[in-house]
Amino acid sequence: MAMWLAKSRIITNFLKTKICTPNNSYKTLAGDCSRKPRGLWDNSSAAVLDFRRPESARAGGQVEAVAYSDDDDNDANQAMEFPGGRVTFTHQMKFISESPEKRVPCYRVLDDDGYPIPGSSFEQVDKETAVKMYRSMVTLQIMDTIFYEAQRQGRISFYLTSMGEEAINIATAAALTSDDVVLPQYREPGILLWRGFTLEQFTAQLFGTKDAASGRGVAYSLKMDNKEACAVAFMGDGCTSEGDFHAGMNFAAVLEAPVIFICRNNGWAISTPISEQFRSDGVVVKGQAYGIRSIRVDGNDTLAVYSAIRTAREMAIREQKPILVEALTYRVGHHSTSDDSTKYRSSNEIEHWRTARNPTTRFRKWVQTNGWWRDEDETELRESIRKQVLNAIQVADKTEKPSLEELFTEVYDRVPANLREQEKSLRETVKRHQQDFPTDVPV
Amino acid sequence: MWGIMRQRAACKAYHALNLEQGIRAIALRAFSSSAKQMTVRDALNSALDEEMSADPKVFIMGEEVGEYQGAYKISKGLLDKYGPERVVDTPITEAGFAGIGVGAAYYGLRPVIEFMTFNFSMQAIDHIINSAAKSNYMSAGQISVPIVFRGPNGAAAGVGAQHSQCYAAWYGAIPGLKVLAPYSSEDARGLLKAAIRDPDPVVFLENELLYGESFPISDEVLDSSFSLPIGKAKIEREGKDVTITAFSKMVGYALQAADILAKEGINAEVINLRTIRPLDRSTINSSVRKTNRLVTVEEGFPQHGVGAEICATVVEDSFEYLDAPVERIAGADVPMPYAANLERMAVPQVEDIVRAAKRACYRSR
Repeated sequence: MAMWLAKSRIITNFLKTKICTPNNSYKTLAGDCSRKPRGLWDNSSAAVLDFRRPESARAGGQVEAVAYSDDDDNDANQAMEFPGGRVTFTHQMKFISESPEKRVPCYRVLDDDGYPIPGSSFEQVDKETAVKMYRSMVTLQIMDTIFYEAQRQGRISFYLTSMGEEAINIATAAALTSDDVVLPQYREPGILLWRGFTLEQFTAQLFGTKDAASGRGVAYSLKMDNKEACAVAFMGDGCTSEGDFHAGMNFAAVLEAPVIFICRNNGWAISTPISEQFRSDGVVVKGQAYGIRSIRVDGNDTLAVYSAIRTAREMAIREQKPILVEALTYRVGHHSTSDDSTKYRSSNEIEHWRTARNPTTRFRKWVQTNGWWRDEDETELRESIRKQVLNAIQVADKTEKPSLEELFTEVYDRVPANLREQEKSLRETVKRHQQDFPTDVPV
Repeated sequence: MWGIMRQRAACKAYHALNLEQGIRAIALRAFSSSAKQMTVRDALNSALDEEMSADPKVFIMGEEVGEYQGAYKISKGLLDKYGPERVVDTPITEAGFAGIGVGAAYYGLRPVIEFMTFNFSMQAIDHIINSAAKSNYMSAGQISVPIVFRGPNGAAAGVGAQHSQCYAAWYGAIPGLKVLAPYSSEDARGLLKAAIRDPDPVVFLENELLYGESFPISDEVLDSSFSLPIGKAKIEREGKDVTITAFSKMVGYALQAADILAKEGINAEVINLRTIRPLDRSTINSSVRKTNRLVTVEEGFPQHGVGAEICATVVEDSFEYLDAPVERIAGADVPMPYAANLERMAVPQVEDIVRAAKRACYRSR
């Protein structure tokens, strides 16, 4: 790990002398994310993001590993056929290093002050989209703050904030179309927001009112093949340790499924830092292990995320194959309302990411520089959202909870006889012993 | 004229009826329940074939289901007939293909996921329970999961502890799942068709040792629209002295036990549960109210088993009707032994059922 940092610092310093920009390279929690090496990125198309072998996905034909020296050219013609394809062989016994000499670089477009980095290429975002994205990011922030407080006050039972990950949430949603099927984890309410889930609906869900059941905006439609759409699965860094991750990635590659795997690498899985989660160079390197094209992107750079997902989506649909996107970010909030992260990480670290590395502020700067947003708009927006959320909470507080009947419906497509019996029996019991049951369950 | 009738019979030949039978059937002008026999394997295969033919959304996925024709040949011929898009061979990742199946079901397809045995379903149990069974409820009815998980369940012969467990009790406990356990070929055909057509997730517990067994089968059962209702038990043998409940292979043992008991003057009623969840409590209770005695039979482990649930339901609903304590016959409370002689001791045998019935009738200690 120390060697990595040392090496990447050397590279960074080297690059600094070559690329004249005012900013220093930034550090992520896990180590240096070096700047884009010059030359690879100018006028780049998505193709340069392809770290795969250019020809075929099958092994054989080309010497691949970085560690091998030029001596091996002599052996280049000597190859053998094995199940799985042709492999050239070498007389030198060399192990592939467990850590690369250089970490996979991280795609970013805006610097820390929200200015586009010279020479960077990204999808243009028009004013309407940019403003909508920014407004959504702010809404998400305010929603998070208020609902977190509401839980602390005992008004709702549980909440997870997405603080620090607003760019991932909103930029991804904006880059997809409404035809794409999203399978979120739990830190992606921004996707729902973008797709029309209202603050009132969020509130109803959290307060468990009878309106929570309606869930508009989360429609899984029936699609057949040849639809211009892909599936998008979200996960955190911790999730990549699950066996399911392996199965999902492997199958997606083998079955050539048009799915985008988005890993929000935010540095923490509850109290487990990524140094204790895996020893690989993050998650992006795992893609190639499954034969999946992958990219590492700055998750706090709204435009970079937007561009990367747009391109990933095109690739997934056009080529009918899975893509892995690792979005590096930081979990500013606690894991959930059941967690106090100051117990296992420093408040300074949290504060640094909450302020200096805030994705929303960074994007705001870009939007404002373009003349699309003013300070007055900011105050007005924040006030209005705050009012809306507080109002929604007031309404939800007074709204009826689901009726007793809803305990038994939707277990199966149609309520079976045994559940109807149970419901009848429960009603009789409630009637006979009203004092034992809460008053807020309509019978 | 006979020549023409023979030709017609040949054209109408159905499941390789021999010529004589064909002529007789046509001459009788009625679909009589003749001595047609069908193995459970063929019953399952034909059910899969017919349902796949009727609905293009139905597809099969699992290990060895395609090229190998099915680990137990249940999906024989289906790859050739429907192609690799509908008969999908998978790598050895139950969690993977069960998950894919559930995802496909969310999307509106109707997967039939095969586990080589239900022991391997434990690799995928999170998907069966959390992703499939609970989704309709958790989404307020918006995400229906019309999936079938099928495969052999319970003990085979000499396959050892990790390959012999019965999962009826585990899956039978889960709200949101339907759990079926066919015995005969009629059960296999009717219940599998019902399972595939059902909008909810179904766990379909077959039995490896029953695959090769033949059962008489009527023309009604052979019709492609045939299906059996889920949640309805079948009274295989009517009786008045003691009720014996069983499912899957144990139904055969219970019937044999009933024959032995009949010779000793005990008239046993044998109930083939057919469905584990939802359990047909009304048929069971009606029977016990008639006979006043109950013996439950299962191959699985005794604690928290299917028999425990049946006993509880009868005690709750028909306590006054019981003339004797409920007798539970189950597999031994040990991991299945590998040694053949010990394996035989660990699984219920016909004699165990006979003795239990006699105890329930106070005819022995």
